[in-house]
Amino acid sequence: MSSIAISANSLTRYFGNTPVVRQVSFDIPTGTVTGLLGLNGAGKSTLIKMLMGLLAPTRGSCSVLGVDSTLLTPSTRARIGYTIEGHFAYGRMTVRESEQFQSDSFPKWNPTLFQNTIERFGIRPAARIRTLSRGQRAGVSIALTLSSDPELLILDDPALGLDPVSRRALNETILEFMEAGVHTVLLSSHLLDDIERVTDRVLVMVDGRILVNSSVSAFLERVSIWTCESGDEPRQLPCIPGLIHAYRTGRRLTMAVVDVDEESEAAMVRIGGSSLTRSDSSFDESVIAYLSRSRSSQSFLTKNAAATVTL
Amino acid sequence: MAFTIRIVAGSTAPIYRQIVDQVTRGVASGELSVGESVPSVRQLARELVINPNTVAKAYAELVDSGFLETQAGKGFFVAKRRQVYTKAERLRRIDESIDQLVNQTLALDIEPEEIVQRLLERFEKNLKPASE
Repeated sequence: MSSIAISANSLTRYFGNTPVVRQVSFDIPTGTVTGLLGLNGAGKSTLIKMLMGLLAPTRGSCSVLGVDSTLLTPSTRARIGYTIEGHFAYGRMTVRESEQFQSDSFPKWNPTLFQNTIERFGIRPAARIRTLSRGQRAGVSIALTLSSDPELLILDDPALGLDPVSRRALNETILEFMEAGVHTVLLSSHLLDDIERVTDRVLVMVDGRILVNSSVSAFLERVSIWTCESGDEPRQLPCIPGLIHAYRTGRRLTMAVVDVDEESEAAMVRIGGSSLTRSDSSFDESVIAYLSRSRSSQSFLTKNAAATVTL
Repeated sequence: MAFTIRIVAGSTAPIYRQIVDQVTRGVASGELSVGESVPSVRQLARELVINPNTVAKAYAELVDSGFLETQAGKGFFVAKRRQVYTKAERLRRIDESIDQLVNQTLALDIEPEEIVQRLLERFEKNLKPASE
């Protein structure tokens, strides 16, 4: 088995004149859980569709399980589990019927895994799918995907709209699937706490670009938060190396910085003087700092080179 | 086993660091005694609903720093304490924390005597046997 499950190489996709995925390159090692984070519209689903061969790249290339995504055969596809946003399911069928229907297409069907998964979501096999709650429908969709025993699992926002109990069931299901150490998972999500618990690595996508590709713990340790008092309102911050995002609340200026060094600290001291203080950053603060770049890209505060994290 | 590890997501400490800190403190306070077993990587990952690689990373660091040891096929155990750092290195490390404490003390305008008193109280509390 290849030790790289997913690979993207300068992957780019335009819709008309709009670049939606821009020069994206990354490798996802086999046996890991990777979280794909980004605002709505950042290009996550477009990226996933290209990986699955459902959209052609405008430029660049990508491969899954060592096969170019534009050349996927049905037998390679059968080794990949993919759930689309919104958990599509046949409402008229019962849970058991939909298992029957799905298992016919997959030679390696695992009925025990199916049973365990729907039990975890509190679903009765005889229930008709349209009578299920949103969380339970997600459970059926995940169970149907996992039980074909895919080597690679790609989940597009599986936690969307789930209650806390279903979220926990989803996390447990993903982790159980990973236990053998041979499966690879890529999941997109907005639930930062769940991503911190479940994943090994994170990709943070902002306006079509991957700005962070790092292990969760290294990411957290490399981002720090600095605050200071700054009275006058400068039109533009001086260049601070590694600045991810800065914002002002009243007279207080908060800056999130990656890989702070003497130069960036000196730049911040010039702004804040002795009022400058450092604190550690939590995972959600670090991610939100990156995601906020997009919302405020026209802002006077963020006018310097994108601070990228790769590890 | 009475010793429980709890973690929170969204903290400034990475999850693996929270596990390392809690085991370290458990050993230091005597709540975890030498030779006692800790949950397997898989078991702790299931209990906490976290990625097993995170637990593995924490345990690897605890083995490296001499708090845990592995016995092939049997799992992880609290190790007999050995010093992995030289005296000079240990002093250097503790001096870093002391510098921080001194800076805070001056910044917050607290009398050094009061800090010393509080430190001693804190040590007493932490060194108490777990049974109390």
